[in-house]
Amino acid sequence: MRQTRPWLASAASAALIAGLLAGCGGNNDSNEENTASPSASTSPSASESPSASASPSASEKPKENVTITLLTDNTQDGVAGAKALIEAFEAIHPNIKIEHETRPQGSEGDNFVKTRLATGDMNDVFFYNSGSLMQALNPEQNLMDLSNEPFEANILDSFKPTVTFGGKQYGAPVGSTMGGGWFYSKKIYSDLGLTVPKTWSELMANNDKIKEAGLTPIIGSYKETWTSQLIVLADYYNVQAAAPNFAADYTANKAKYATTPAALRSFEKLEETVGYYNKDLLATTYDAGLKMLAESKGAHYPMLTFAVPAIVQNSPDLIDDIGFFAQPGDSADSNGLTVWMPGAAYIYKNTKHAEEAKLFVNFIASVEGVTALSKVSKPSGPYVVKGAQLPDDTPQVVKDMLPYYDNNQTAPALEFLSPIKGPSLEQITVEVGSGKRKAASAAELYDQDVKKQAQQLGLDGW
Amino acid sequence: MSKIFKRIYTYQFLLPAAIVYLVIFVVPTGLSFFFSLTRWTLSDWELIGFDNFVTFFKEPSLSIGFRNTFIFAAVTCLAKVAGGLLLGVFLTSKIRSRNYLRSIVFFPTLVSTIAVGIVFSMMMHPTTGLLNTTLAWLGFEGPDWLGDTRIALLSVAFVDVWRGIGFATVIYIAGILAIPAEYSEALQIDGGNAWNKFWSIIVPLSRPATNSVIILSFIGGLRSFDLIWAMTRGGPGFATDVIASIIYKQYQGGFYGLATAGNVILFIFVTALVFPLSRYLNRTEVDL
Repeated sequence: MRQTRPWLASAASAALIAGLLAGCGGNNDSNEENTASPSASTSPSASESPSASASPSASEKPKENVTITLLTDNTQDGVAGAKALIEAFEAIHPNIKIEHETRPQGSEGDNFVKTRLATGDMNDVFFYNSGSLMQALNPEQNLMDLSNEPFEANILDSFKPTVTFGGKQYGAPVGSTMGGGWFYSKKIYSDLGLTVPKTWSELMANNDKIKEAGLTPIIGSYKETWTSQLIVLADYYNVQAAAPNFAADYTANKAKYATTPAALRSFEKLEETVGYYNKDLLATTYDAGLKMLAESKGAHYPMLTFAVPAIVQNSPDLIDDIGFFAQPGDSADSNGLTVWMPGAAYIYKNTKHAEEAKLFVNFIASVEGVTALSKVSKPSGPYVVKGAQLPDDTPQVVKDMLPYYDNNQTAPALEFLSPIKGPSLEQITVEVGSGKRKAASAAELYDQDVKKQAQQLGLDGW
Repeated sequence: MSKIFKRIYTYQFLLPAAIVYLVIFVVPTGLSFFFSLTRWTLSDWELIGFDNFVTFFKEPSLSIGFRNTFIFAAVTCLAKVAGGLLLGVFLTSKIRSRNYLRSIVFFPTLVSTIAVGIVFSMMMHPTTGLLNTTLAWLGFEGPDWLGDTRIALLSVAFVDVWRGIGFATVIYIAGILAIPAEYSEALQIDGGNAWNKFWSIIVPLSRPATNSVIILSFIGGLRSFDLIWAMTRGGPGFATDVIASIIYKQYQGGFYGLATAGNVILFIFVTALVFPLSRYLNRTEVDL
């Protein structure tokens, strides 16, 4: 122990750090290999499939029997939905058999899909996100152009930009939309005689009255930082109403949050809510926030409507105490809802069964397809297929969104229109919402954050 | 001829270890220096010079990050040295159930850091947490331990000390037990009391243990990430961001080049602090 050589100690500590660095590098390598290996294992299943479909080929049908494959994510909801769609489709088209295959979710799933496309092993049909993630798939080279398919006439216009690349449409919607806006407690609203606000100042006036009554006006759950972004993200309908070209200019580095008044307003709105939150805002989790909302311990909760199934599950008898409205703008004339779009079904460009795949995709985007899906997967908002109805047991809070759709007062969230979203937004909005940073400085900071994303994506003009 | 052979002969035995060291440590380190100068994805890279370093230093939370990293390392290191020494003295004295107490002190080190972080962040909840409900029961109003930006980092540091002090104590116990009994006997003959024994024998002669604890806990503090991530995720806002958590967020965002540059910066930062520190500590060490 005595008189250890100093250079030895520092060399050893250097080696420790180097080991840390080495660990990081190694992880990424193994990721790449992981995603490569599953694609190799698909070849046996592909060779098995013809024999499987050959056996029931009785002479009842004049059409030739065909098997196509479908790739979806492995969530419980995703698998159940895919099975329901396949079952309903095969009942109409007995000569087409669909084999279902699953993939992981998240960034691992992204790599999975990209690897299959790159190696030419992609399934005939696959479900994947719309919006910026779809843009990253190199659609012109990998996906089949569906612009002229019959289902296109059946789809709401607001969905189309999220699956469009270079003027062509590549995807059909799978599942329901969700809205970003404000949940409110109908109980508190009726107790205090409040009405659903149509402008931001009306909303803030409501907040004042709720605060005077000694209640919590807004529920904040900043322990889970992503929930702090909602006021900024759900304001996009209002941004678009005032600056229709913002998404394109923003992507091209021509417009900034800090210098576009309509966009800066999103951060200002968040700043105006400071002081209206529950006291333990920074320690409250998303689940705790939902509970507060269900039990009317807070009057408002800015959130996505995907929260509805969770509330139904945890507090089924309280769901009717909750309503929903879009985040209002400064004028009552332009009041509309920011919508998160469903994922989409895509056809692999080099599929050998294009006709059958198209039949299936058209079915998914039809009223029958949506009906089949809605039996197993509860909607978090209206469907983008025209004429598709929400199931009768849908809670009223989801139905609150319908008027916005019927009056064509919806806009997709910015993340469906532009591939750049800065990763630090949630930290910045935590600072603004907890009163530690001003809106103008937050917008500037976010503009810097976004730059990294644009550069990493290799966009022009950055 | 035989001279050269003799020389090579000795080096041959170094070769296997050298290859392992080269492949696992030296090559990746070199590569990470290279990739810190690029903007890379899993399949592709582009050389962009020192842009990553410029961007990293412009990172708004970075100045906080450097400060926090240093404060966190210094605070936890000092607390572990002081606490570890006192516990070490206590647990080497002639007390009942000494072994039982020794294992109690060491237990927190064995628990998963993430679990410790989650449990403590629940206990530090401002309204429903154990800490503040106890304080309220005693008539005090407790602070928002992890939500108040002024004390959040110190709250995490406290948990880190709680978790790491057992390890420091074990090093001190070994160091104190290694002090030859003659010194204590000489002290007794000279009529010294327990206080003299502590200041004149235990503190100076357990210096090797002190040095180990300082170096290990200081490096550990500079690189600390898991506990901070489990408790605050660098928040609220950027208030408890350390360099390691900033780097992690860059990886998460998919900015691989930037994150690699961050690792190089962390490497240099740690070396710049630890190298002189360890030189100084070793120079001032005394003989037993």
